[in-house]
Amino acid sequence: MNTSKASLTRSPGVPGSAARWLLGKAGGGIFVLWAVATAIFFGIRMIPGDPAQAIMGGPGSQASAEALAAARAQYGLDQPLYVQYFGQLWRLATGDLGTSYSLKIPVSQVLAELLPPTLILAGLGLLVAWVMALVLAVISTRSGPVGSAVASGLEIVSSAVPHFWLASVLIMVFSTALGWLPPVSTSTPAGLVLPVVTLALPLAGFLGQVMRDTMATAQRSAFALSARARGESEIGVLLRHSLRHAALPGIALSGWAFGSLLSGAVVVESIFARPGLGRSLLSAVTARDIPLVTGVALVSAGAYVVIMALSDLGERLADPRIGPS
Amino acid sequence: MSIPKPVLSAQDPLLRPLPAPPPHPGALSVRGLAGNLPWLACAAVLLFFLVAAIAPNLLAPVDPLAINPTGAFSPPGPGHLLGTDESGRDIYSRIVHGARPSLLIGAAATAIGLGLAVVLGTVAGFGGRWLDYGVGRLLEVLFALPGLLLALVFIALAGPGVTTTVIAVGLTTAPGYARMIRAQIIAQRASPMVEAATVLGRSRARILTVHILPNALAPLAVLATLGLGQAILWAASLSFLGLGAPPPAPEWGTMLSSGRTYLALAWWMTFFPGLAIVLVAAASTVLSRSLKSAGPR
Amino acid sequence: MNAVVPLLRVEDLDVSFGGTSVVRGVSFTVSPGECLAVVGESGSGKSVTAKSLLGLAGPGSLVRTTTLDVAGVDARNLSQRGWRALRGKQVGFILQDALTSLDPLRTVGKEIDDALRLHSSGSGSQRAARVIELLEAVGLDDPVRRASQRSGELSGGMRQRALIAAAIALDPVLIVADEPTTALDATIAASVMSLLGDLRATGSGMLLISHDLAAVASVADSIAVMQAGQIVERGTRDQILQNPQHPYTRSLLAAVPAGKPRFTRLSPTGDAGMDGVASVARPARTQPPATAPAPDVLPVLRARGLYKSFPMAKSAALPAVRGVGFELLPGHTLGVVGESGSGKTTTARMVLELVTPDAGDVELFGEPWSTVSEAGRRSRRSSLGAIYQDPLSSFDPRLSTSSLLADALSFGATRNPRKYTTEVAELLAMVGLEPGVAMRNPATLSGGQRQRLAIARALAPKPRVLICDEPVSALDVSVQAQILDLLDDLQQRLGLSYLFISHDLSVIRHMSDDVLVMRAGEVLESGKTESVFSDPQHHYTRSLLASAPSLPGSHRAQEGP
Repeated sequence: MNTSKASLTRSPGVPGSAARWLLGKAGGGIFVLWAVATAIFFGIRMIPGDPAQAIMGGPGSQASAEALAAARAQYGLDQPLYVQYFGQLWRLATGDLGTSYSLKIPVSQVLAELLPPTLILAGLGLLVAWVMALVLAVISTRSGPVGSAVASGLEIVSSAVPHFWLASVLIMVFSTALGWLPPVSTSTPAGLVLPVVTLALPLAGFLGQVMRDTMATAQRSAFALSARARGESEIGVLLRHSLRHAALPGIALSGWAFGSLLSGAVVVESIFARPGLGRSLLSAVTARDIPLVTGVALVSAGAYVVIMALSDLGERLADPRIGPS
Repeated sequence: MSIPKPVLSAQDPLLRPLPAPPPHPGALSVRGLAGNLPWLACAAVLLFFLVAAIAPNLLAPVDPLAINPTGAFSPPGPGHLLGTDESGRDIYSRIVHGARPSLLIGAAATAIGLGLAVVLGTVAGFGGRWLDYGVGRLLEVLFALPGLLLALVFIALAGPGVTTTVIAVGLTTAPGYARMIRAQIIAQRASPMVEAATVLGRSRARILTVHILPNALAPLAVLATLGLGQAILWAASLSFLGLGAPPPAPEWGTMLSSGRTYLALAWWMTFFPGLAIVLVAAASTVLSRSLKSAGPR
Repeated sequence: MNAVVPLLRVEDLDVSFGGTSVVRGVSFTVSPGECLAVVGESGSGKSVTAKSLLGLAGPGSLVRTTTLDVAGVDARNLSQRGWRALRGKQVGFILQDALTSLDPLRTVGKEIDDALRLHSSGSGSQRAARVIELLEAVGLDDPVRRASQRSGELSGGMRQRALIAAAIALDPVLIVADEPTTALDATIAASVMSLLGDLRATGSGMLLISHDLAAVASVADSIAVMQAGQIVERGTRDQILQNPQHPYTRSLLAAVPAGKPRFTRLSPTGDAGMDGVASVARPARTQPPATAPAPDVLPVLRARGLYKSFPMAKSAALPAVRGVGFELLPGHTLGVVGESGSGKTTTARMVLELVTPDAGDVELFGEPWSTVSEAGRRSRRSSLGAIYQDPLSSFDPRLSTSSLLADALSFGATRNPRKYTTEVAELLAMVGLEPGVAMRNPATLSGGQRQRLAIARALAPKPRVLICDEPVSALDVSVQAQILDLLDDLQQRLGLSYLFISHDLSVIRHMSDDVLVMRAGEVLESGKTESVFSDPQHHYTRSLLASAPSLPGSHRAQEGP
């Protein structure tokens, strides 16, 4: 009985621990970006055939001899491998992402145009998923067997319904049959509804499940019983105690969730014909536009790293048990 | 005293009984088959598609590639149970015949993903601090390109096609599984069970092979079941984006991809192949959960 | 008619969960200024009884009673609102699990303030001042800072004090305390108990729930003993402790190791058939093998100057173990007693060579043990066995009882029990388990059965030394008594030497020939058990002794039949 060690007091915020945390995250992020760039650089050269051709869209692209020569010159393909590699890293580090072969404009310009719409889509998706998940968790906690049946049903849906099918069904119902919402993502708010719901619904099922479990654990916990014994009402226990506990895994999973939204954006942007990183990645892959693929990969990896760090920070701020360092 | 006792259980209405956990929801036992309707339904779905994959002609004698231009875009009805596509091909027959390639792609991708994960997870779990650190960094990089992004970058390098799709999906699903297996091994390594075996004089090699690995890899069956459904989903997503098997192959993702063009005209072309994918994925999810709760302790 | 209106009056309380009855026909009263202790083992229904008094029996419960008067309110058909008016205001409830009963995300001050906010209308600053007052009243240092801390920043004892502060915030007329000292170190538990005693002196009634007769002996005016959902005996404290009538009360008292000399039986004999436990042939009781060992007797185990520090530990300032040394003589028991963080378990792990000491060495049978390679140790490991606090987690979950024993018997060569049928049966009989247990999965066994199985497995390779790390800490007192008796029997039959580690001074005192008292990684005092405890030299040993629960006017005559 007497073996749980009395937990030690949390070390007070050591000066510089925040800076060290930030430095660690930044270092990790730079490492990830370097690794992605390196993997793509050597990936192209490991594929049999002329790397210049691969960069220009593969054997089927029928790139002109001048284009191939230009690519060789741009990427220094006639130089030793290490010169090419460090040259490429240097260009990337200085923000020169090259020119998109398929769009004929600088990759950085393409990304500057496409990043905001994707961030808006993913951000809204995350927000809506969060709200839906919290509502789901509260309802299923408070409404007994029916609520939890609905919640676990939604959870299965979240793990088994692909974005493309959900989007198709939503279009069939709300655009084709009912005519309420446009089937393509226009710039109006109405045009955002279907893409955001498509992204948010499966995520909400997953987040809702995690939040529901944590909330149920909190409702059964000794501290909740303690609060009831003090005369706290059920609503009070839910709002003052359980809800905060349920929010924690939501915050912790937000980084991961954002990643899954970036992945889902590829499908959703192409179904709803919405400009964005995902859709342009798809067309770059189809055209084998390696500079653009590299750019999109670096930008999404960078966005993911930043969001992960933010979610980590949020978790630390929200949960005193983890501590600042 | 025979005063009837008043029932005092004006317990909080919110404290009502939690839904009684079904005794081993869907445990693989004969007991309570009737109470295991979800499990039975999942087994039936998987069995249907398994039979479809092995002997499609048994379930759908109509040729899935037979063209009938006059009967194009027939809605679901007596002639064509699930309707026809733009060339008048029978959707039901195409779904049944599509089970084999779709399941094979899913199974192969799962095998690659889990195989890679087992290697990475065990190397990280057993290989000592530096290998663990190295694998951890590698996984971090793979996680930084979540889901389809990693698959797409891989396809951009290796070119589209069924083989690439399979490898891409395996690569996409591997990091998550690897992390789970690593955590399992590390938890097992530090478990009191291993200490007890050490105290009994068992050698490191024996503890590793007899105690740690079997217990750490026990969840593999659960992961494989879950993974099959997920792999089919990912592969279908890639096919849907036009990067998988080329049409007119009766593969579910490819069918979806071609149906997408006619979404407003013939919803059944998209709806039913998608439903097949959803059913298989949902069945594998539910089944894996049952396996998990039926597992030891 | 009694002039004093009881604060709490329960008659014929029944509680059931989904058709399973857990409390049957329980009646008692608590008068102002009275402390009633309800004592029972796990599953006796004592906690559920306490929670039912506040309508908190939990989901799925069905509570019936003919009378339930709480602080002058007929609580039989109370609305939720009515219950909430009682809870906290009239009745302060101190729950089990001091470590987890405060919300880890909220400050201690907010948690205590909840009770004030819900029941009184004081302004925010008035309430804040009252919170500080309360924290001071329960003996927390620096109350202003404590109020702004969260439970993770407080030690177990501080958390329980904060919870008591919340429970007494509104000066309730009745205090219900459910196992208020579980999970607390002995010295902390004693101070919490004396705090509760002080509260009673203010005139509140108190209902104290506990598994430990000795622990409540100092506070309770009257005691009710519960077994299997019923009160089997009730009386004043002295009646129950001095002159128990019910056989269960007697066996509970007999099972308390406090004040029972070494080799006194704690459990009733002839417990055959109970809980899958077969009766064990009792050897003739003898005195310890050599009360004054010849100086040339070689210790089976000798540790010298053991040091160990864990660089990852949060308290990196001090090593976990500093300069620990001892000798364990053949056929003897060396007890190691200490509170959490004393380094006693780390010491055991160093002896077992699960961790390597930073400095110092261990010798087994006079030969180097900690300084040789693991390969060199492996063949000798069979002479050194171990049992743990949580036996189940030390078993491979994929093995049945008989496979587990076959694995141990064959030194890991096989797990097929068929080749070892006789040996498995012998081992099971030796530890008092019925033969039928062989086919079961250890997870389906009771806590006592699991520990017996763990002992059987440890004995399979025929060891001469057994390291026992808190082997009875997770067990009910009557099961603890059986296991302690079993260990005594085995020691005498097989000539085993024990290194016995426990936080419980009474258990150590009952089991050990020699003793080490440890605190913060150091041995403070060592020597013959009785000489150390009858004449403690170190003030910490004295405070440990003072805080160990004992039965007043103890009833040493109540030895085994």
